[in-house]
Amino acid sequence: MKQHRTIAVLLSIVLQGLGQIYNRQWLKGILFMLLEVAGFIYIAPRLGGAIWGLVTLGEKTQKFVKVGKMAQMVKGDHSIFLILDGLILLFLVFVLLGVYAWNITDAYRSGKLRDELKPVRTFRHSYEHATTFYFPYFMLALPALGVLFFTIMPIVFTVMLAFTNYSAPDHIPPAKLVDWVGFKTFTDLVKMKSWSHTFVGVLIWTIIWAVLATVTTYFGGILVALLIEQKGIRFKKLWRTIFIIPYAIPQLISLLVMKNLFNGQFGPINQYLGYFGLGGLPWLTDPFWAKVTVITVNMWIGIPVSMVLILGILTSIPRDLYEAADVDGASTLQKFRIITMPFILFSTMPILIMQFAGNINNFNVIFLLTGGNPAKGDYQFAGATDLLITWLYKLTLDNNKYNVASAVGIIIFLIVAIFSIWNFRRSKSFKEEDMIQ
Amino acid sequence: MRKWKSNARLTLSYALLLLISVVAIYPALWVVLSSLRPGGSLYSEHFWPRQFTLVHYAELFTSKAYLYGAWYLNTLKIAVVTMILSTILVTLSMYALSRFRFRGRKTALTVMLVLGMFPSFMSLIAIYIILLQLNLLDTHMALILVYSAGAALGGFIVKGFFDTIPRSLDEAARIDGASHLQVFAKIMLPLSKPMLTYVALTSFTGVWGDFIFARLVLRTKENWTVAVGMWDLVNSLQNSNFTMFAAGSVLIAIPITLLFIFLQRFLVQGLTSGASKG
Repeated sequence: MKQHRTIAVLLSIVLQGLGQIYNRQWLKGILFMLLEVAGFIYIAPRLGGAIWGLVTLGEKTQKFVKVGKMAQMVKGDHSIFLILDGLILLFLVFVLLGVYAWNITDAYRSGKLRDELKPVRTFRHSYEHATTFYFPYFMLALPALGVLFFTIMPIVFTVMLAFTNYSAPDHIPPAKLVDWVGFKTFTDLVKMKSWSHTFVGVLIWTIIWAVLATVTTYFGGILVALLIEQKGIRFKKLWRTIFIIPYAIPQLISLLVMKNLFNGQFGPINQYLGYFGLGGLPWLTDPFWAKVTVITVNMWIGIPVSMVLILGILTSIPRDLYEAADVDGASTLQKFRIITMPFILFSTMPILIMQFAGNINNFNVIFLLTGGNPAKGDYQFAGATDLLITWLYKLTLDNNKYNVASAVGIIIFLIVAIFSIWNFRRSKSFKEEDMIQ
Repeated sequence: MRKWKSNARLTLSYALLLLISVVAIYPALWVVLSSLRPGGSLYSEHFWPRQFTLVHYAELFTSKAYLYGAWYLNTLKIAVVTMILSTILVTLSMYALSRFRFRGRKTALTVMLVLGMFPSFMSLIAIYIILLQLNLLDTHMALILVYSAGAALGGFIVKGFFDTIPRSLDEAARIDGASHLQVFAKIMLPLSKPMLTYVALTSFTGVWGDFIFARLVLRTKENWTVAVGMWDLVNSLQNSNFTMFAAGSVLIAIPITLLFIFLQRFLVQGLTSGASKG
């Protein structure tokens, strides 16, 4: 009774596609077979080398060998390329293993149909079946491929780097080799005085910055929105348009402009302070004032965003709530506290948390405005306004401390991921999306 | 007494609104005026210039040291191609995730959310090496590829939008015999125009603003984007050529700002639909 399915599965295990041919699905079987052959031809000669590369990270360095009278350079193993090549090959192997598993279940399913004396699908029929029931997979295939190769693979690669000693000056290929060091980079970050001092300092400032940046723009936005929407204020639309301007100017431009505006020597702000007989302030060059400056400039950029958001929410508060409150004789302040504020908080909570997470990684504001400076002598490659993310950038691009940068990146990710997953899980879209008709 | 109080409140409010307006407009106005001022210095005695000149704008395009025109065209090219590609990718993936219930859907959503949280240049080194292997360094192709490949990850707002389109619409079309592809092309796409505009606009402006990848990938001056060029201008000769920088800023900011104000309502829609749908 169960003959066909068993035979089909066994054949498919032996050679991908054979089960399909046994089930008389010729075209499908041949396609499967060709895929396996192609995969085998590509992967088999490379697999051994790839695993060797991933395990050892290379054995010989680049060096000069005397050939006759000339010194000739002999290329050594490049550890980083070995990691990447190995990774790409492993990804391919996984994809092909997936196809292999699919081939077996497909053979089983068709065999089962034959056991039950039902007709097996023809190729055209299979195609139609697939485009009807697996339509979303077809739509997702291309985006998924892009994400796989340009997001997931780089991330896996970076995570791997955190467990190596890939850093200047002693472990930069091709002149030198890189080794696996396990959790050493992470423990150094916590235990070694020079690193841990910088790490803790930058981490604390990152959190202070994220809290201040989120809170100031959020409440600033509420304040401005309420100011405009007050009873008796005229030209509401005009005010709104003016206040949106900072949001509309590309951040890159406004930040670079602000950098000039706050210039300690020639900037107009210090010039005006001069007119009033006040001395200029070291806006970007003193650690404390630089921090004040980045928060202030961030308010200029961020308040309009919150304002737009909150204006939208204000219009959605039911009018009758206020009318009922008026009947009960509530004051303006009471109405704000009991109706407006809870309503705003409730609808913006998810966004507020996302903004907080976003501010932890707010690269642009810091990098374009202060570049993380002013420099701090007792920090390892970081300045007073550097966030973890800008520190990571400096570690990577300016100082080639790739392993520490990767470790810091993983830590940033853990912090941000915890917030976002928690937020996402409790947000409506995840819980109730099937209720939408 | 009550009247007096409300008048005082209104006056104070107007004063505040005026003050905020000045703060909001001042930097923009200052840059526009600086770009029209003769001389190159950041320092000036008067806020309102005594004379106006357009020489800095001309200088941008004639100067041998700053290839502003080339940068502008480069950025425009990259932005347009990225915009088209990412809009297609986002629409495809978010439509599938919103409309169909299939195995692995929730996992896909969670994975996407987590991946979206990764600091994008945590993978900086890896992408650099991949581009090096593919021989794509210093090409615009590389930027386009990197910008649009990850686009699907930022599309939750689009998913929220698709979620709100009544399902009875496509069910009716399906009963009438339309295929999935026809439903998508003939019913969903026309309905989602505002959302598509939003996606297109944000990916377009995203390219203008991105500086990190552009600086990493583009090595030769002729290939730079405007962002890299402007940053270089500020960093290398802050005070001596400030007016030229200002002119360059105006040329970037004005079209994007206008586009933005023009399409504002879509953006507001996008922001608020993100609010209720996560």
